[in-house]
Formats: sequence, structure tokens, C-alpha cells
Amino acid sequence: MRHASLSRKIFMVSNYVFLTLLGLTMFLPFMNVIAQSFSSGGAIDRGEVMFWPVEFTTHYYQYVFADVSIWRAFGISVYITVVGTIINLAATSLLAYPISRQEYVGRRLVMILILLTMIFSAPLIPQFILMRELSLTNTLWALMLPTAISAFNLFVLRSFFAQLPNEIIEAARIDGCGETRTLWSIVLPLSKPALATVGIFYSVTNWNKYMDALYYINDRSLYPLQVKLRELLITDDLSDTGNLAFEVTSQSVQGVQMAVILVATLPIILLYPFLQRFFISGMLIGSIKS
Amino acid sequence: MVNNQSKLGYMWKFKTLYFLSIPGLLYFLVFKYVPLFGSVIAFQDFNLFSGVFGSPWVGFKHFERMFSHYDFINILKNTLLLGMYDILFAFTAPIVLALLLNEVRLMLYKKIIQTVMYAPHFLSWVIVSGIFVGILSPESGVLNVMIGWFGVDPIYFLGDESYIRTILVGSGLWRDVGWGTIIYLAALAGINPDLYEAAEIDGAGRWKQTLNITLPALLPVVTILFLLKIGDFMDYGFERVFVFQNPLNIQNSEILDTYIYKAGLRQLQFSYATAIGVFKSVVGLTLLMIANTLSKKATGESLY
Repeated sequence: MRHASLSRKIFMVSNYVFLTLLGLTMFLPFMNVIAQSFSSGGAIDRGEVMFWPVEFTTHYYQYVFADVSIWRAFGISVYITVVGTIINLAATSLLAYPISRQEYVGRRLVMILILLTMIFSAPLIPQFILMRELSLTNTLWALMLPTAISAFNLFVLRSFFAQLPNEIIEAARIDGCGETRTLWSIVLPLSKPALATVGIFYSVTNWNKYMDALYYINDRSLYPLQVKLRELLITDDLSDTGNLAFEVTSQSVQGVQMAVILVATLPIILLYPFLQRFFISGMLIGSIKS
Repeated sequence: MVNNQSKLGYMWKFKTLYFLSIPGLLYFLVFKYVPLFGSVIAFQDFNLFSGVFGSPWVGFKHFERMFSHYDFINILKNTLLLGMYDILFAFTAPIVLALLLNEVRLMLYKKIIQTVMYAPHFLSWVIVSGIFVGILSPESGVLNVMIGWFGVDPIYFLGDESYIRTILVGSGLWRDVGWGTIIYLAALAGINPDLYEAAEIDGAGRWKQTLNITLPALLPVVTILFLLKIGDFMDYGFERVFVFQNPLNIQNSEILDTYIYKAGLRQLQFSYATAIGVFKSVVGLTLLMIANTLSKKATGESLY
């Protein structure tokens, strides 16, 4: 290797410094949230809490775990994430497989029609009226059915299916497999990496769902966690949340808010190692196509 | 005729394929196309009980009302400004960052930095706003504590309309800048290393190599992503803005999407809110078509 010039060295050092600072900017806010969620109200209000807990306490977590409405919202979010993602994967594979096959006459037309929905999206109100007409408002279906297929994920799966060797599918057909059987026992098992990628994208979207709930859900008992969290973040007064044991006066509202943020982020943090393994390859399959 | 029959026979042979695709096709028809055509209520005095077929047609009444609304120009201005800032910063930053990351030779370091920088992308906007509200809080926020070290008085960032656009663009950068590098890093990895070797033998320094090899290689990806971004110009995102909005910063943070929600679902002015939505789509599409034409002429790259 050749000796690097001086300007090159200066560049490399400042590059590392810059990237490290940037990394810290991404990371420290999390530390701040964690630290505040474990610090006493007094310390938070005096602005003493930076990136490490001051006057350690688990008070806020006790409060959060004692609040039934938070648990219920958590449960709703788990439900729409699990059931919703199963619906997502089933619906997406069922359409992606046929349009990945040469034998499907008109697949080009179908793909253009789907692509068009990416460019022209319907305004909010007609969507809302449709949901009402279908009696989906104020049901959890409103959070799962309208987002059953994402065009982007559909194209990711379609390109993956399309690059499977045709011989395997032909062989399955000769062995007497019907299309359904081929899809279920040959194509899907071979596509586990792609399904995992798409499934993980879908589950993050489902877990983070806020807007749809705001639009279509009025019934407070059906609120998913993000809506509940948003409520906690904008109300400085927690006294109406129904937990009388909590002394608002002696504790920082912000501490509670940070604890809830952490609880709501926990599933993502737990998923992240798996996420990371898949999303890059997923992004690439998707982008190569377009 | 014979040809058609054999084609039908061919389709019949694979009928299960068509059968499998029915749920997905129905999905796009019902949830995407029906509401798209439902946009016609922008030209009606839509009434829930009479429905689309029973409501009276009123032409451009709601569009006229929109243009004469005292705050419309301001809302449009906010939407366009935020869109422009987002292109200026949130679009360019990942390109620069990818170039910088590409220079890193310590693989473990690179991996750690990437892991940390991708992570915020997976947080919901509600959580991002919660984190920012905490950091920016006048009493206990880290940022105010830090500027306090320099003797600056605490600033109520979210309660001041002059900061809200910076916060919106900044929080977007924080959440998505790392994520945005993925596609550029992939493009960079695809560049033939022989090109760099040849350039080095010809005496080109790192900077020259970046200018003459790396950037031209990135150009197609940049163009396509830029066009997609322009297509989304008016869709700055309801959620992102809504979670940061409060009565104190609304003057500079109200965008078409948040206004549509308030006028439509809170005040139940269905036709009026749809008219604004249609206007938004038309402007977005026009921008996309202009950008596409320009790009086709300038770089030869285009979406269609």
C-alpha cells in the first residue's frame, strides 16, 4: 500500500471524528430517555439528568405497569402486529406469486395498475367514507385490512419469486402439484429470507401504526399503543388516566412519559438484531427491480 | 379465433394462478381504486346519507372556497417550504454521508456506526416526537441545559413558531439519514474497482477519483430517487407534522395534510377536505411531470 498524503490523513481523521459525533447524536437521545425514566422527578425538573440516571427510581415503571389502559393498548398493538402481519404476508404472497409467473397472462397490466396506486393515492375523506360504508370504522380490521398489501413489499416478493429457478416449479408441476401446493410447499419455503424481510417491514409498520387509528378508531378501548402514548405525551396532567395511586405532584410527568416511550420501543429494540440481518438485502432486492 | 381459443385454453390450464390472485386484486380495487374514484365528491355537496350517487353536483365551489380561505396561502406556503427544505437537506445528506461512510476502512467501526444510524428509522413518529419534546423541553431538556452552559437562557423551542420548521426537518434527518444511505452504499459497492486502480495509475488523487468515478456512478440512482422524492413533494407526511404541532407553532406548521384532517374528519366538511386533497395530488403530479421531463433532457434518466 502506498503512503497516504497529509491531506488524506487529515481527511480520514476528521471523517472518523465527524462520523463518531454523528453516531453519538443518534445514540445519546436514547440514553437520555432511559436516564430520565429512571431518575427522580426533582432531578429531572432541575435539569440534572443527562445520560445517566440521577437519584435512581423505578417509580415510573411501577406506574406504567399498574395502568390498565396502557396494558390494554399494548395488547391491541401486539394483536394488530401479529394478526396484521399474518394477513400482510398471506395477501402479499398470494398476489406476488401469480404475477411472478410467465403463465399469468396480463401480469404486466396488473403491475402497472399497482404501480399507479403508488403515484395516485386517494384523498383521506373518500378513504374514510369507504371504511364507514364497509362498517370497518371502530374495529381493529380498520388497522389491518386497508394496509394488507404494500405495493413496495409486493414488488420485493415478486422479484424474489421470479428469480427462483423455473425448473423447480416445472418439476413440482410434473410431479402433480397444483399451483396452490407448489406455492405452499415449494415456493414459500424457498423464499424464507424474502418473507422474513417483508414480514419484518410489515410488523414494524403495524407496531408503529398511529395515523390509521386516529382516522378510523373512536372507541378508546381499541386504541393501539401509539395513540395511547401520544395522549400521554400531550397531556401534562396524568390525573385523569385513572391511577389514583400515582402522586402527580411529587413525580415528574416527563419521567412517566419517558418510561412509556421505552416500553413502546422495547419490542423494536428486541427485534432490531433480526431486523438488521434482513433489511439490507430486502432493500436491495426491491431497488434492483426499479 | 383459433388463436383466442388456445389462449383461453392456456389460461384455463393455469386457472388456479388467477384464482390465487383474486384476493390481492380485490384489495387494490376496493381499498385503492374505489376511494380514488370517490374523489369526485370534491365536486359535490357530499352528504353521508345520500351517498356519492345521491349528492348534488356543485362544480368547483369547494375549490373556490379553498382559494378564498384566509389561511390557505399560508398553509400552502408551509407545505411547499417544508418540502423544499426536505429536498435541500434530507435528500442530499444521505448522499454525503454514504460517501463519507464509504471511505471508512475499519470494518468493525463502520458496522457499529451503521447499526446505530439505521436504528432511529424504526421508531414511530409519535416516539420520535416524544424524544424530541424531552430533549427540547425548556426546564429539563438536554439541549437547554447545554446552551445554559454558555449562558444562554432556556428556549421553549416547540412553543415558538420560528423553530418548528427546523425541528421538523431536523427530526426527519435524525430519523432517516442513516437509512437513506443504504441504497447509495449499495450503488457505491457496485462500482468496478478496476476504475479506481486505473485512475490511480494515471495519477488521480482521491478527490479526483470521487469527482470523476464515484459521482457519475451514483448519478442514475440519485436522479431516480430525486424524481421519487419530487413525486412525494406534497406528501410531507401527516403524522410527522401532526405529532409536533401545538397551538403555539401552528402558524408555521400547518400543512395541507393536517388541515385536510381537521377540516374533514373533525369538522366533517367532507367535500371541502376532498377538494384540498385533489388539489394536493394535482400539484404533486404536475411537479413530478415537470421534473421528469427536465431530467430526461438533462441526464437521460427518467421514471417513465
